Parts: sequence; C-alpha cells; structure tokens
Amino acid sequence: MSAATATTTRQIQFREALREAMSEEMRRDPRVFLMGEEVAQYQGAYKVSQGMLEEFGPRRIIDTPISENGFAGLGIGAAMMGLRPIIEFMSWSFSLVAADQILNNAPKMLYMSGGQFGCPIVFRGNDGAGGQLGSTHSWAVEGLFSNVPGLRIAIPSTPYDAKGLLKTAIRCDDPVFFLESERMLGNKGPVPEEEYLIPFGVADIKRAGADCTIVSFGRPVHFCLEAAEKLAAEGIECEVIDGRTIRPLDIDTIIESVKKTGYCVVVDQSWPFGSVASEVAAQVYERAMDYLDNRVYRVCSDDVPAPYSKALEQAMLPHAGKIIEAVKKAMYLA
Amino acid sequence: MTMTDPKTALQPVDRVEPRTRLKWLRDMMLIREFELRTMQAYQEAKIGGFCHVYIGQEACAVGCIAAANPDDPVITAYRDHGHALARGMEPRYAMAEMFGKSGGCAKGKGGSMHFFDQRTHFYGGHAIVGGQTPLGVGLAFATRYENEVLEQGAKRITLCFLGDGALNQGALHEAMNLASVLELPCLFIVENNRYSMGTAIERGTAMAHDLSTKAAAYGMPYYQADGMDVCAVYNVMKRVIDRARAEQAPAFVEIKTYRYKGHSMSDPQKYRSKDEVAEYEANDPIRRLADALIASGDLDEKAFRALSQSVRDEVRDAIAWAEQSPEPDPAADLYRDVVREPFGPYGPTTPPEMCGHEPGAVAEE
Repeated sequence: MSAATATTTRQIQFREALREAMSEEMRRDPRVFLMGEEVAQYQGAYKVSQGMLEEFGPRRIIDTPISENGFAGLGIGAAMMGLRPIIEFMSWSFSLVAADQILNNAPKMLYMSGGQFGCPIVFRGNDGAGGQLGSTHSWAVEGLFSNVPGLRIAIPSTPYDAKGLLKTAIRCDDPVFFLESERMLGNKGPVPEEEYLIPFGVADIKRAGADCTIVSFGRPVHFCLEAAEKLAAEGIECEVIDGRTIRPLDIDTIIESVKKTGYCVVVDQSWPFGSVASEVAAQVYERAMDYLDNRVYRVCSDDVPAPYSKALEQAMLPHAGKIIEAVKKAMYLA
Repeated sequence: MTMTDPKTALQPVDRVEPRTRLKWLRDMMLIREFELRTMQAYQEAKIGGFCHVYIGQEACAVGCIAAANPDDPVITAYRDHGHALARGMEPRYAMAEMFGKSGGCAKGKGGSMHFFDQRTHFYGGHAIVGGQTPLGVGLAFATRYENEVLEQGAKRITLCFLGDGALNQGALHEAMNLASVLELPCLFIVENNRYSMGTAIERGTAMAHDLSTKAAAYGMPYYQADGMDVCAVYNVMKRVIDRARAEQAPAFVEIKTYRYKGHSMSDPQKYRSKDEVAEYEANDPIRRLADALIASGDLDEKAFRALSQSVRDEVRDAIAWAEQSPEPDPAADLYRDVVREPFGPYGPTTPPEMCGHEPGAVAEE
C-alpha cells in the first residue's frame, strides 16, 4: 500500500473517489463539465455523479440521449475550443459506436492540425467484465485502444489511485481514456481529505517481494494480490506492480523489479493476441532479456467472446488460481 | 421551434455594396485558380494522397462565410480548400500543406483533407464523411458555454459544412438530434452537389427530392439557397445566421451546387453526362457575378482581366513559396505534435509557421 494512504483512516468507495475528483476539479476550473447518459437527473447510472447536478447545475452536468458517437464528438469539438469535457460512457463497451470520434479525432487532432488544436478531454466509464453481461457488454478495451498513439490510458485499481489519477486526467492537455470497473465501484479504500494528484506513468508497487514480478492493471491487480497472499503461505514472495497507466507505461519500475526477481508474469484482462500483456512482455524482453531466468508468462482473458454462463465466464477471466499457476510455471515449480 | 417555409421566412437583405461583391468575386476567383493549379500540381506528382477540388462550389463557402462573423467557428469535410481560403488562410500555407512541406498550415502532417487555421477559427478539414458534424455541435456547445457559463465572449454560431454524401451517416443524425435537444447554435450546411463520389443522391438518400424532411425530423428550420449564385447564398445565410445567433438555436440549410470536376483526382466520372456538367458550367457562379457587376457598371472587362491576373500571381507565388518551403525533418518532426504534454518518445508541440512561429524553434509553454 502506498505511503500516502497509510497516513489516513478515512475510507470511501471507489465511486465516491471518482466523484470527489470530478467535483474538486469542477470547482477549481469552470471550463470542466460532465456529460453522458443519466449523469444528471438520474444521478448517474452507477451513482458516480450523485449530487453533482445539484451542486453544478444543468449547464455543467449534462444528460445526453443514448448517442455515444454524437456526444463523444461533441466533447471533442468543445475540447478543441479549450473547454475541459469529462465524457462518461456508461460502459466502455458502448464506446465502440463512437470509435471514429474517440480514435480518429481525439488522439489525432493535434497532429493533423500541425500543433494547432489540442484535445484536453477525459472519456471515462466501466471497463471489463461486469458479471454475466455477455459478449457485447464485457469489453476490456485496453487491449484494443492502447494501440493508438496520441492518447493516455489510466486504469486504477483502488479508490486512492482513482481519485489522484482522475484529477491528473482532467488537468491533462491531451485526451485521456479512464478505465473504471463496475465491479470495483463499491470497493472501499483509504483516501485522504487533503488534495493530491498522481502523475501518469508512475507504477505503484502494491506488494513488495523478491521472488517473482507480477505486473497488472486495473481490477486484476486484486487477483494478483490474492494470489500473492496464497503464494506467500508457500514461501514465495511476489512483487505486485500496479501499472496504473498503460500509456504512458512505467516500464522502468517493471524492469527494476524483473532485474531483482528474474521472473515475470503479466496479468491483463484483455485478450492475449496483441494485448497489453504482450506489449509488456515484449518490452521486458527488449530491456531485460539477460536478467530473465525463464520466459515471461501472460495471464489474459481466454481468446473467446465473453460468455454469459457464470461458470464459463469465470473460466475465461483472469483469477488468482490462474496467476498462481503461472507464477509456479515461471519459477519452475510446476 | 416552428418549421419554416424557405420562400417566406427570409426577408430580402439590403443591397450589398459593389465593393463587397467585388471582394466575393475575387475570393471565388482565387479559389478557382488555386484549385486549377492544385490539379496541375497533382498531375505533376507534387501533391500526393487523396485530393478533392472545389471548382464549381465556390459560391457556397464564400457566400456563407461572408455572412458570418470572423470569430464564428467554421468546420467542414475533406473538400476543404475553398473554406480555408474563403476564411482567409493565405494560399501559400494551403499549397505548402498539400506539397507536404513544413511551412504548410499543418506542417505537412495533415494534407489536402486536413487543413486547419486557428487564427481564422477554421476547425478543419475532416476526412471521415459526417465525422465533423458532432465536432461542429461541440464547437457550438463551447461558444454557448463560454457565453453563458464562463460569461465571456459574444454570442457566436458555428458553420458546420457537409456534403450530401454525409446525409446518410449516423454521425450527422446524432449531431442534429443533440443540437436540437441541447439547443445549440450549429448551422448544418449541406452543399448538395448531387453526388456522393459516384452515387447520385437519389440512389442513396431517402427523400432526396425534399431534404426539408431531414430538418423536420429534428425540429429544425430548413432553408434553401442557389449555390450557383453567391449573392443568393449570402442573402439566405445572413438571415439564417442572424436568427440562429439571436435564438442560439440550430438550423439546416441546403445549398444546391455542383462540382465540375471528379470526386477526387482519380475519378473517370462515368456516372454523369458531359451535357450535365456543361449545363452547370454555363451557370457558373463566377461568370454570373462578373456579368452582373459589369451590367451594373461596377466592373469592366479590363478590371476583370486585372483581377484574373492578380489571383494568378497570388497562386503562382503560393506555389513558389511551397516549393521552397523545407521538407519536414523526420528526426525532429515525426514525434512532435502527438501530445501537448511530452512523455516517452513524444517531443513538444509547436504551432505552424503560419501562426507566426519560427521554423524549427520550440514554442514556449
């Protein structure tokens, strides 16, 4: 656990941390506004924006119709003019109908315009499997979107990280894709009363250990910690690195750890082919080949559409059991 | 919002000063000359990629932009040369952009389809059909937000141009719906040149014979203008803009126009007859305005020839300038302008030379 979180006892939910980040930034900067489906009168489909309409009014907390391509593009146009939109996708699965706007326009505008029009915008919403939602609603978009230059991807695993990273995202002059998880919104964690920001590109070592490096992002970080606890009972001390942002990627912290442990497992909830895990593995090979005592092991979602059945879905997603198995294989213990 | 009869809603506009109409004439002639030289340069392989010229449609951009304020945002699709020039971009920066030179309006990173000019509030140049329309609504959102939430700046309207080919893209329908429900001053200006690439509008668009139905679906007033007559375009747009500015509400305008050349530089044009093209060319907006100015005694053939010569000189100078503008330097430029806040391999961003930036220097933050 980070040093900063150890000094406070206040525990708040992940969704409250997100709300605090947005509200603080909206009080600080009148150019910031929140737009999305059900964010205002409904008080947020997942209650992330609860109470914000009352505080900021309907000109800054704006309900939209179900029209992702339209309101994502609206936000980009407003950002080109210097406003600071926060565009909420109820789910990142729904961002696919806005692909032209979020992939063609937001991350390329500055380049295409030769440095004239930037795009300081945050797209945020639930990413990854929500729990038996089936194929269309269970996207982990990090594998898909991290291929695109010009954007940043933040993917917090704790309320503390969520708040600090979201405040940085809102202040960023470039587009940020902010990946939350429906399954974590109710998670509680320590968040100080005092203001803080977490810079992008700085990983957090969630658990120190000298035997095997485990790298992950977002919700699967918790599965890694669970696996590390169980492995510790067997005398294997894993170092769990939470990347916190995928772009920029804090490869230095990962490399430092691999140099120490000699073993590396990457856990990523997207599909394995051309995945975030593949990219981390490739960069580890490029920079620390001589320090590795075995190949890098990847734990990803299985390479199939997300199934509905609880049993099948559980089998498909990364979990502690798969991570333990991968660590043991990596360390020649299985 | 009430539906509007295009014939009765607009009162006749005051007579435009001859001096102003002479400026429009020159603006249209400059675009025509620029595009002819663009085609020539493309054939000489000085310009690469896709290239779509505006010849025949000049009255649309010139008439609409003349009716707007200089700080009203303008955004359009990929056939963007005319709008950029009508808005006041110097031809040299436009030509250099197509030549892929570092002096181009986007430093050679955008090309023909991606012109941008911050100084003239020209927001591009967008090459995915219809994709610019949600952005246009966003610009309108921002002007209204600045005016009403930030309490700064005057009431502005956004000119969001699109072709008839964009009528069937979902993005446009989402954009129009949002503009309507959020009450945003975005003018959707359809330059109906009758063809989306090689597909006649009737073959691809339901209710092509009556586009007012598109506006009606979103509760917007519909207006129509003859795009082969710059004064007619101006007259309609002046009233539309005045009203949209006052009401801070959207509108839909159909400008009936025609492109004389192919969709792009590689278009054999088998989908239309030479007679059809000739019919429109006989009704040419430049010739029409020149004739009217001659008839009213505000222009004579000698002055017209002098005007022709001056736009030829200006475009020739633009080409010479573009020729001598340096190629971008991959080592220095490839990784710049990706992000405003540098990280990893990405360097700082710098505005183009057009914005008064010294070539090669890094802008101060």
